This record gives sequence, C-alpha cells and structure tokens, in this order.
Amino acid sequence: MYDVVIIGAGPAGLSAAIACRESNLHVLVIDEFPKPGGRLLGQLHQEPTGEWWNGIEETKILMDKATTLNTEIKCGISAHHIEKTDHGYSVHTNEGVFESENLLIATGAAETAVPIPGWTLPGVMSIGAAQVMTNVHRVRVGNKGVVVGVNVLSAAIARELQLAGVELHSMALPASNPVTKNHANPRKVMEGLVRIAHLAPSAFIRFGSKFAKAEWVRNIAVSFYPKGGVKMWGMPIHIRKAIVQINGTEKVESVTMCDITADGEIVKGSEKIIEVDFVCIAGGLYPLAELASVIGCPFQYVEELGGHVPVHNEQMETPLEGLFVAGNITGIESAKVARAQGTLAGLSIVKQKLRDHKDINAKIQQAVANVQAVRDAASIQFHPGIDEGRKKIESAFEEYKIS
Amino acid sequence: MTNNRITDHPVLGKLENQTPVKFTFDGTTYTGFEGDTIASALLANGIRQLRVHEETGAPRAIYCNIGHCFECRVTVDDTDGVRACMTTIRENMKVDSGKLQAVPFKSKPEEWPRTYAEFEKSSKKDGVPHV
Ligand SMILES: Cc1cc2nc3c(=O)[nH]c(=O)nc-3n(C[C@H](O)[C@H](O)[C@H](O)COP(=O)(O)OP(=O)(O)OC[C@H]3O[C@@H](n4cnc5c(N)ncnc54)[C@H](O)[C@@H]3O)c2cc1C
Ligand code: FES
Repeated sequence: MYDVVIIGAGPAGLSAAIACRESNLHVLVIDEFPKPGGRLLGQLHQEPTGEWWNGIEETKILMDKATTLNTEIKCGISAHHIEKTDHGYSVHTNEGVFESENLLIATGAAETAVPIPGWTLPGVMSIGAAQVMTNVHRVRVGNKGVVVGVNVLSAAIARELQLAGVELHSMALPASNPVTKNHANPRKVMEGLVRIAHLAPSAFIRFGSKFAKAEWVRNIAVSFYPKGGVKMWGMPIHIRKAIVQINGTEKVESVTMCDITADGEIVKGSEKIIEVDFVCIAGGLYPLAELASVIGCPFQYVEELGGHVPVHNEQMETPLEGLFVAGNITGIESAKVARAQGTLAGLSIVKQKLRDHKDINAKIQQAVANVQAVRDAASIQFHPGIDEGRKKIESAFEEYKIS
Repeated sequence: MTNNRITDHPVLGKLENQTPVKFTFDGTTYTGFEGDTIASALLANGIRQLRVHEETGAPRAIYCNIGHCFECRVTVDDTDGVRACMTTIRENMKVDSGKLQAVPFKSKPEEWPRTYAEFEKSSKKDGVPHV
C-alpha cells in the first residue's frame, strides 16, 4: 500500500513526488511514456529575455532531485482504470494493480484533432508529434512541410522545427468546417497572434502587439493582411489562407491551399498546390482527464481552462477524499505553472497523510502564492482568461461542497 | 539508406555515443538507437507507414506520437495492437505492420445508421433488442 500513487511523470507529477518524498511519504510515480518528463521533454523556446527554456535540461533537474530522494518511478506503464476502495484507490495498469491511500492524477493535456480531407495519410501528424520526434527522438519528420493551425503552440514548435533544420513552407489555417470552428476564423486567430507577438522578432507583429489590443485595429489588420503572409523567423504565417485538402496516395505529396476572406470563407478559384512531404496539424490542447471521470470525480466545462476539468480547489484537492489533481489536467498552462502546481499538490498530500505536520499550512499558503506568481509571470499563455477560469473552477468546488 | 537523424542541433547539441539496437520490421532488419521508440527508429530509417486500415487497406502512420490516438498500432513479438510511438526498441525485437483483416459482415457506409434512433429502428426490425 502506497501513501500516494502519482499518475504522470511530467513537471506536475515529478514536482509533487519530490514534495512528498521530502516528507518521506511512500510514493510511486507511473508514466506510460518510456522516459520521464512528460511534455516538458520536447519543449525548447527562447524566453523574451533571450534565455532558452530547454525541456530536457529542466527534466534532468527534476529527475536528479527525485532520484536523490529515492523516488520510485516506473515508466512504460499505462493506467487504464481506477477503483475507489475502502482504503483509498486501486490503480489498474498493464503491469498489475497498485493500491494507494491517496492518488494524484497528473496526466497533462492532449491535442485536439482537426480533421481535414486527407489527414489519415502517412506524413500527416499533430504538431506535438513533430515536437517529440524532433527534440526528444532527434528524427527529422520530413524534408519540407506545412503547419495547419496558427496558435501559440504551433508557432513555438514551428520555430523548433526550423532550429533543427527542417524546412517549413508556411503556416496557414485549416479550412472552415464544423470541427475547426475558431481555428479557421482569421479574426479569432488574430486575437491569439496578438498574444504571442512578444515572442516574434518581427516589426509587424510587434506593432500588432502594441496596438491591436483594440478590436477595430485587429479587424483592419485582418482585412489588410499581407498576401505573402507575415514572416516570423523568416517563415510566412498566413491567416488569410487555408489548407483545404492534403493530397497523396501512399503518403503526403502536396496540400491544396486557398485564399480565405476575413471571415474564413474560401475564395473560389484561388486553389494552389504546394508540394510537401509532411503536414503538422495544430488544433490546440485540452486537459487529459478521463481517469478522473472513471472514479466519479465531478467535472466542469471551463473554456478558459481548455475544456472539461475535474472540479478542484486552490490546493489541488478534488471533492473525492484522497484524490488530487495537478498540471494541465486542471487547465492548459505552461510547464512552469504545472511544476508549481505539482509542488502544491504534493504538500496537500503530505497534509492529508500526516495531518498537523510541522508548518505544513504555511508551506501550502506559500505554494499557492507561488503558483499565482508563476502564472502572472508566464511568457507563454494559452488562454487570456486563465485567472477567470481558475475562479470558475474554484467556485464550482465550493458549490459542490455545499450541495 | 535513408538517415533522418538530427545529429547536430544549435541548442540541444550533438547526438553522440548512441548505442545501436537492431530489430526487424516486416522481416527486414533495421538499426535504431537505444531509447528510440519503434516509430522513431523506423522514421529515422525513412519508414513512415506502420499499418493499413484493417478494413479499407488505406496506409496509416503516427498521428500524435504520444500514445493518445492509437493510429500507430503494430504487432510486437506476436502481440497485436501495440503502440509504436510508446514502445522502445529492443535487440532482435520482431515488429510487424498492422494488416488488412477479414470483414465478415461487410456493409456500405450508405447502409450505416446515421442516428441512434435510426439504429434502434433497424435493429428492432429484426425483432432482436439491442443490449
Ligand atoms: C503535444 C504537447 C506539446 C506541448 N508543448 C508545449 C510547449 O512547447 N510549451 C509549453 O509551455 N507547453 C507545452 N505543452 C503544454 C504542457 O501540457 C505543459 O507545458 C506541461 O508539460 C504540463 O505538465 P503536466 O505535468 O501537467 O503534464 P505532462 O507534461 O503532459 O505529463 C503527463 C504525463 O502523464 C502521462 N500519462 C498520461 N496518461 C497516462 C496514463 N493513463 N497512464 C500513465 N501515464 C499517463 C503521460 O505519458 C505524460 O508523460 C504541450 C502539451 C502537449 C500535449
Ligand atoms: S501515434 Fe498516437 S498513439 Fe501512437
């Protein structure tokens, strides 16, 4: 019987494990990926200060700490079912059942699929797939590609592909359909671009970031968007062009690109064939939360957090006794926030297990403040309304407690 | 032989001192590096296609590369449905691509029920309630 089983060895799970081991709890961390680190492993971006955020190095720091504390971490194990028992939780995996008093689910996020005709062809992959291939496995995903979907994640990863010497023709939007919705709407995409503009060394975009806070300016920017796209790191970003189809028989051979109006309507007769051998689709992220729903944790849909999230409070507790959540399962934010949330969840688990342990309450308060401070300072923000989203989920927790 | 390795990287540095690992894919021997997944080792060798769609035979490869979509399922040492993107290669591992399957009750998409109500109606017709 473990004091806590942690599902997910990403920045949240590892940080929580460290906090629990520091108080000598009996901890098991499992992860289905062959290496610990989660999605942190693939991350590689330059902060506005010029410093590199290198996920492999950041993972190493966490792993060194966890190893020094003799943390039991098992990789290559998938949790596929959880049961509530009289003593806590049973975690069912491909390597047997693990019993634990407390459970932390830190499974992170998944990418929203964006179906466009031809997307099942070999050579089409999600943008995150390309990130992992490039930075973790060090394998080129192709010779020349196109990125479908313009958002903070795809812009960051497009840059990572460029750094690794993989050529990209451009980034463009997906063609509008009932699934692609906002991703295919130039006005909505422009709103997002404005938020990542400080990461781009382009005068045009920096101009945008200063002035396009007002909707009318953004509308002008969308209406008069340059035909050749706006270049970020020398690569054209098109928000008035869409990929309508991916072509090929055995694998990707080309894409069909069209001009679109400011509202995302396709301009007839504007089709162009662009030869590429890979396509990356970027549909954004959502919390990977199925395991929490399997044990009956209540959920709330909060758009600002990226979708359906398990109800939880500021201390990362859910309404189910002994069940905690941390990281992107609680809402889509950067790895630094996930790490801070992990530490906080770890401390809450220590409190749950040891009750009046030393100055635990003061430590928890400090960790809560730290999560907020890291959030406020984040250079990558996935949703502008993150604070509002956090408030919504916390009040859902309060309501749940009352009812 | 295709080599899609990123050996030099301006920030991540050089890829050095890798341990080679041999495995087979559909009977052909390939070499990857220790720590590679089946998917990454194959792509490093220029192989994208991992399976065909069981019914249509259409070619398929990785999509998410992190275990979520199951598009990459292959057969490893005679166990089928293994995710190529989550499984590390081992010396002499036998990997086979996902194959076309027999379809005992072939139907045309036009015949598929579009809504649950339609589905219920069609199954009631046979007098067999759906369980
Ligand atoms: C493809 C992708 C790319 C991203 N790129 C960036 C980026 O470049 N920059 C950025 O700031 N943020 C990025 N993010 C956001 C990212 O989620 C956070 O930065 C951060 O990694 C979240 O940490 P976490 O610990 O919550 O989850 P993760 O880092 O995702 O770790 C969760 C871990 O849980 C494991 N897991 C999930 N389900 C199970 C299960 N059932 N059984 C066992 N193990 C399981 C996973 O294998 C994974 O290792 C990306 C997210 C994704 C999905
Ligand atoms: S590519 Fe998605 S599960 Fe392997």
